[in-house]
Amino acid sequence: MADLKRPLPNLKEHDTREFWQATKDGQLKYQRCDDCRTIVFYPRHHCTGCLGDKLTWHTASGRGTVYSFSVVRKAEHPFFRTLVPYAVAWIDLDEGPRLLSNIVGVDDPAKDIKVGDRVTVEWEIHDELALPLFRPA
Amino acid sequence: MVSQVQDAAIVGVHEYPSRKVEGKLSPMQIKATSAARALADAGLTWKDVDAIYDAGEGGGGMSGLTIAEYFGLKPNVIDTTAVGGSSYEFHAAHAKRDIAAGKARVALLTYGSTALSHAMAIGTGGRGGYATHPADNMDSFAGMTLVSNYAMVARRHMHQYGTTSEQLAEIGIATRLHAMRNPEAVAAMTALGFLDIRETTIADVINSPLIADPLHRLDCCMISDGGGAVVIAAADVARDCRKKPVWILGTGEATKYPENGGDITVSAAAQSAPRAFGEAGVKPGEIDIAMIYDSFSITVLTLLEDLGFCKKGEGGAWVSGGRLRFDRPKDGPALNTDGGGLSSNHPGMRGIFLLIEATRQLRGESTSQVNGARLAVAHGNGGMLGSRHSGGTVILGRD
Repeated sequence: MADLKRPLPNLKEHDTREFWQATKDGQLKYQRCDDCRTIVFYPRHHCTGCLGDKLTWHTASGRGTVYSFSVVRKAEHPFFRTLVPYAVAWIDLDEGPRLLSNIVGVDDPAKDIKVGDRVTVEWEIHDELALPLFRPA
Repeated sequence: MVSQVQDAAIVGVHEYPSRKVEGKLSPMQIKATSAARALADAGLTWKDVDAIYDAGEGGGGMSGLTIAEYFGLKPNVIDTTAVGGSSYEFHAAHAKRDIAAGKARVALLTYGSTALSHAMAIGTGGRGGYATHPADNMDSFAGMTLVSNYAMVARRHMHQYGTTSEQLAEIGIATRLHAMRNPEAVAAMTALGFLDIRETTIADVINSPLIADPLHRLDCCMISDGGGAVVIAAADVARDCRKKPVWILGTGEATKYPENGGDITVSAAAQSAPRAFGEAGVKPGEIDIAMIYDSFSITVLTLLEDLGFCKKGEGGAWVSGGRLRFDRPKDGPALNTDGGGLSSNHPGMRGIFLLIEATRQLRGESTSQVNGARLAVAHGNGGMLGSRHSGGTVILGRD
């Protein structure tokens, strides 16, 4: 049978599990190094800015800006085939991290989204986690 | 031009002619057949090969353990650098280095793929499945297809610099012009069922369906079967080969990945190209032939800028008016004179064909020959331009 469900993150993946666990509580987390203040995202076990590993989790506001986006019109994955046309986007969170997501809540993604648009997180709830999608602010 | 070190040269090439093997051949068979023909092109034999460079695309895993046995060789150097479509530019760089260090004399690079026969969704397949790498585990829920990954670079390029879809279309119409002059490319388009095999216009590209905005179908490469081989030899071997040597004058390697606050309109080539041109003692303005990985139109536009043919952001205006055609040598380099991945050959990792067609040009053997071509650049891009990718730059020149 074709898998008509959205592919979900693996909750056991070592670097990212705390990020995904926090989504259950509607929290969009990112790491910052206590020593050199580097923002580390995607999450990791070590600081990429210095030799330390004192990474502290912070909670982002969920507000950000569209860095770039595309409207997908052709997809092979069974779930995404049901979703076309849909918008994928790089979102720059106000706190610094850039993450890949979808922009939802627009009538026509080709006309209603522009680079630089302000967006805010909209959680898509699943059994064990939630996905941070974004809609126009 | 500063004095150039001529320590390693491409002496043999072969591009596997079929782009649709209909499941009758394996990638390994395509590799071995191509290797034998490239060695024959050089006037060498299997026994001369003492170094193998392999990206592992033949399948089975750990190709360093199996590839020499399959070929029946006992090499002194085995390099299994696997960086997608740029693997062969990395391999050429490593072969030059190993030959210069006295570790090898005759290096063999091979490629084989049945991406078409096995219906590999290399273009529109959303990633998914069980992610084990943290980056994939952050990204896979969003359904970013390969095309949309590149489309986001195009979108950002348009936003920052005012680049237009019409300007991007120039890439595809130049490569199609060259493809129509290349019988193997025409045969490829025919085998793959292209609907309308002819020279194209900007309007043709703009009017083709959007696959992932703002990229249209004719901004995207084909998905074919295919393969090829390249033989690289030390100077003393090269001087005695059947054809004139094509010297590897300079190389550069780099990777690029998403960074918070980073600029996705800048590729790994911005790091690899200055090293390659510097080592070669060549300036972009001296280059006759630009063999640039054309997975998509935006790939070429980005790479032309990062290779230094024009300033960042000026690529759209620079490529306009048919500048990249083979018959306008005074306007700068001719682009992908074999027809490119857009219109001739793209089985998933095109990097080897960049070296092969550059060699043909510098030997005077291309179907869209630039008269008197002396210098070429081959730049391979592996992975995904809009996220994590690698770039390998190779500067080639004839005597």
